[in-house]
Amino acid sequence: MAGLELLSDQGYRIDGRRAGELRKIQARMGVFAQADGSAYIEQGNTKALAVVYGPHEIRGSRSRALPDRALVNCQYSSATFSTGERKRRPHGDRKSCEMGLQLRQTFEAAILTQLHPRSQIDIYVQVLQADGGTYAACVNAATLAVMDAGIPMRDFVCACSAGFVDGTALADLSHVEEAAGGPQLALALLPASGQIALLEMDSRLHEDHLEQVLEAAAQAARDVHTLLDRVVRQHVQEATVLLGD
Amino acid sequence: MLKSKTFLKKTRAGGVVKIVREHYLRDDIGCGAPACAACDGAHAGPALETQPRDQASSLCPWPHYLLPDTNVLLHQIISAWKPGTRASVASRLRPPGSLETYIEQEQGENANDRNDRAIRVAAKWYNEHLKKLSAENQLQVILITNDKKNKEKAVEEGIPAFTCEEYVKSLTANPELVDRLACLSEESNEIESGKIIFSEHLPLSKLQQGIKSGSYLQGTFRASRENYLEATVWIHGDKEDEKEILLQGLKHLNRAIHEDIVAVELLPKSQWVAPSSVVLHDEGQNEDDVERDEERELMLKTAVSEKMLRPTGRVVGIIKRNWRPYCGMLSKSGIKESRRHLFTPADKRIPRIRIETRQASTLEGRRIIVAIDGWPRSSRYPNGHFVKNLGDVGEKETETEVLLLEHDVPHQPFSQAVLSFLPKMPWSITENDMKNREDLRHLCVCSVDPPGCTDIDDALHCRELSNGNLEVGVHIADVSHFIRPGNALDQESARRGTTVYLCEKRIDMVPELLSSNLCSLRSNVDRLAFSCIWEMNHNAEILKTRFTKSVINSKASLTYAEAQMRIDSAAMKDDITTSLRGLNKLAKILKKGRIEKGALTLSSPEVRFHMDSETHDPIDLQTKELRETNSMVEEFMLLANISVAKKIHEEFSEHALLRKHPAPPPSNYEILVKAAKSKNLEIKTDTAKSLADSLDRAECPDFPYLNTLLRILATRCMMQAVYFCSGMDNDFHHYGLASPIYTHFTSPIRRYADIIVHRLLAVAIGADSTYPELTDKHKLSDICKNLNFRHKMAQYAQRASVAFHTQLFFKSKGIVSEEAYILFVRKNAIVVLIPKYGLEGTVFFEEKDKPKPQLTYDDEIPSLRIEGTVFHVFDKVKVKITLDSSNLQHQKIRMALVEPQIPGINTPPEVSGMDLNGPGVKKRKLDK
Repeated sequence: MAGLELLSDQGYRIDGRRAGELRKIQARMGVFAQADGSAYIEQGNTKALAVVYGPHEIRGSRSRALPDRALVNCQYSSATFSTGERKRRPHGDRKSCEMGLQLRQTFEAAILTQLHPRSQIDIYVQVLQADGGTYAACVNAATLAVMDAGIPMRDFVCACSAGFVDGTALADLSHVEEAAGGPQLALALLPASGQIALLEMDSRLHEDHLEQVLEAAAQAARDVHTLLDRVVRQHVQEATVLLGD
Repeated sequence: MLKSKTFLKKTRAGGVVKIVREHYLRDDIGCGAPACAACDGAHAGPALETQPRDQASSLCPWPHYLLPDTNVLLHQIISAWKPGTRASVASRLRPPGSLETYIEQEQGENANDRNDRAIRVAAKWYNEHLKKLSAENQLQVILITNDKKNKEKAVEEGIPAFTCEEYVKSLTANPELVDRLACLSEESNEIESGKIIFSEHLPLSKLQQGIKSGSYLQGTFRASRENYLEATVWIHGDKEDEKEILLQGLKHLNRAIHEDIVAVELLPKSQWVAPSSVVLHDEGQNEDDVERDEERELMLKTAVSEKMLRPTGRVVGIIKRNWRPYCGMLSKSGIKESRRHLFTPADKRIPRIRIETRQASTLEGRRIIVAIDGWPRSSRYPNGHFVKNLGDVGEKETETEVLLLEHDVPHQPFSQAVLSFLPKMPWSITENDMKNREDLRHLCVCSVDPPGCTDIDDALHCRELSNGNLEVGVHIADVSHFIRPGNALDQESARRGTTVYLCEKRIDMVPELLSSNLCSLRSNVDRLAFSCIWEMNHNAEILKTRFTKSVINSKASLTYAEAQMRIDSAAMKDDITTSLRGLNKLAKILKKGRIEKGALTLSSPEVRFHMDSETHDPIDLQTKELRETNSMVEEFMLLANISVAKKIHEEFSEHALLRKHPAPPPSNYEILVKAAKSKNLEIKTDTAKSLADSLDRAECPDFPYLNTLLRILATRCMMQAVYFCSGMDNDFHHYGLASPIYTHFTSPIRRYADIIVHRLLAVAIGADSTYPELTDKHKLSDICKNLNFRHKMAQYAQRASVAFHTQLFFKSKGIVSEEAYILFVRKNAIVVLIPKYGLEGTVFFEEKDKPKPQLTYDDEIPSLRIEGTVFHVFDKVKVKITLDSSNLQHQKIRMALVEPQIPGINTPPEVSGMDLNGPGVKKRKLDK
């Protein structure tokens, strides 16, 4: 990837965005009838589908039940056609396990689990197309789906990734930018309180820059919140109109 | 405000890959014209001029912006627009991502055509946009393109378009701009004789294939200074397979120019040749003297023993050109009214360049800069164009400018941005400065430097402690306190890398306020310092080492001579003198210990000019005297450097900036060993220690200068010492100093490396904070690379400056005869050294229009037999030195043999010329 100029002199990124700009976000709630809650989100070319069941009784071994709160069960999968090369991705490989775990941590922090002791909430997320920022898309889709299911949450969970190129923090990395191999940070934020539900970074980044990148990711997450909020309100409005009839 | 565009599908060899890209077309990119209300403030960065000033162009008399297409821009960018050219160049294309000007690639349209079309669309957009903007002063955008089709299409679409040449020729106000136009190969081809001299360069794809398969080798082309028909290619690679390939003959050099990255093909072993020791300069004026070149090539190929043969190859293609503007002079063509002339660069490794100019007569006798545009296959010389006139030849300012430019020494005055980071005057030490700093103002510190030195970066002290031990301190100017990492001042000093000392001038690395005032450890003022303090016993064994940032107040700044006088005179008994005596005593012990370990004492003839204070002309030459105090200061600086190197390596094993001096390969010593053998002396070169010992033993009672000569030769065998990052290398050894680890700490005012070391050390002792670049070994190793380059260039520039002043000196002096010693013997010449002036030069024995004398060259015992007289290395001869001004381009110092007498050689008129090859002058500080 040598010679790829991620940020031009004029301050434009490869796809024409500026450093702090998000990709176009489109989202819909309630895409499936049979699930308790569902949502679909497109962040640029990254597309994810989330489905929520529950809260319901513990399935499988009863011993997993928690006496004081609900069990959040997350499963992540990505479609064979989601990336450039077609590849079969079996369930339970390392990557999806890890992603599932991260989603679970994120949502245990956001859902008011103590309201449903000894029960279970299932969140299934599938990535239909991956173009960078899959974690963020999954979290955002799942937030909408959880809300669609009517499960009480502390706040939205809004996630966004951020990278660091030539002294500038870039928000919402695309696949090309991720593949260039710079540091990359994923942040899930509870926007109202500003609390961080999950923060992850794989590569090395000097601590002096961390704050800058973190701020870029947080700002992007707040932008995501504005958009998701609009989607939710519109969905609720549509639903009430239907109910009113 | 975003509009996305997704295009899918792309197949690559092997598998099918789906590529999904999106592109956001923007509607917020301004046109850049400041008067434009439509895109108010949407444009950041450099803007177009409000009102393009009237450009007296006969083609388009109305005000206009220029929109050069990509190719024109690439070709002309070097020089066509000199600063102050009155055309306002809209060089910044509207990014193709804009909503209005975005076009999609059409079926059957290749990328280039699409680009051209995009530029046309942009030009059209601009014209329409500007029309809206101001009806009263009609602004227009003119497309400049050299592509015929593009131009035709543009005119069809109603966009005013011209070729670059048409436009520049129409500029009635600036006729001389035409000269600066990069000439295009198309037109020059018409006039060129159709004869093809060179074979074609292979395309890059083929070269890459060849390099991969191993049939070609990639390397840096290095032309020979002494022979224009010979060059070497340095093959890049890992340590083991680094090697050099010899190229001989114009055709095999195949239009490569010094420093280009080329691909070479090895010739079969039967065609391998040995590097010739003939000195050849390209002097022909005619363009069709290819035959003569061929004749000369034959001359190179003399029979040599099998083992002398080197891998020989030929250039098959150029991977990357490394052209830059070259300084030199015009050799006016013999034909009157001719507009094509040859340009002779000052650097001998660059071939002569053909340029086209109408102002040949004004440029004659001036130093000019010329850029290369290309080198067609049918041309003996590359084509270029005139860029800049520097001034008259022989003028001191012009020549200094030339040598600075030629050696790539940044010498512009410091920019306002850089100066803004200087401390405000009047400056004083504040409370804040004293944090993490020790007050050492009570110590009796003094500095010892050459006379006239204004950038004092080291000071010393020595005192007896109550326990009988000695405390010795080296105090170095705390430059890193003033130059904070990352700011413009820091970046500029990092770029300059080192202060360059020329004979009459100093090119500072840091602005003068710092170098000669705030950082300079002058006497009787409080200065910030970085101190390295040892506790030693009287046998100079270090018991304790301690580093601290400090404040000192130097009690005296002495010259070497003054310090020596104080030490020697028994009457002086003050604090400073006792301190100096203590230092001197310890230094002697340290030196002895160092030499026992195998440190080399090498020698190079060092000269100093006495300058006339008014005219700055050199009046006298003097070889540098060495006093005990010189070595005293040096000894403690070495000790400080070694102590610091240990400390920072301990703390930062991965990213300490160190300095190493690799041991030279045994083959380097061949010359030295052979030369010594001819005098029946044996030089052992297996270790530094044995070399030092055998050099000490190599003495000849009736030839006292021999030892110095041997040491000079040994110096030539050495490798360059280099900076490196400890995480990137595992060989730290400093060969010359026989130290396992070494760095530079003691001259932060004039070397950037020391500033980095200061920062590392400050972090190590907790006196300063770190920053990300400091602990990034790749960044550090980039810095090292630049520093090594700058140091080398600075050294060359210093030599060139000495050479120029030597010429000035001999100009005033007239003809002189001096004793000289032979340093090297070549096939047709001898290289001699004149100890009195530290001057080195070549005496030629062949001349163009004279019968060639009988020359027999013996490589085994380097010797040259001329008409019965044999010359060996180290023979004493007498030469006549004159300044030859017959060639203005290179004024030369000519040396001619006076003794021994050889009929036909040393009878006047003079023997042939020589080039002043600057003596290995290693000059430190000098008066400004």
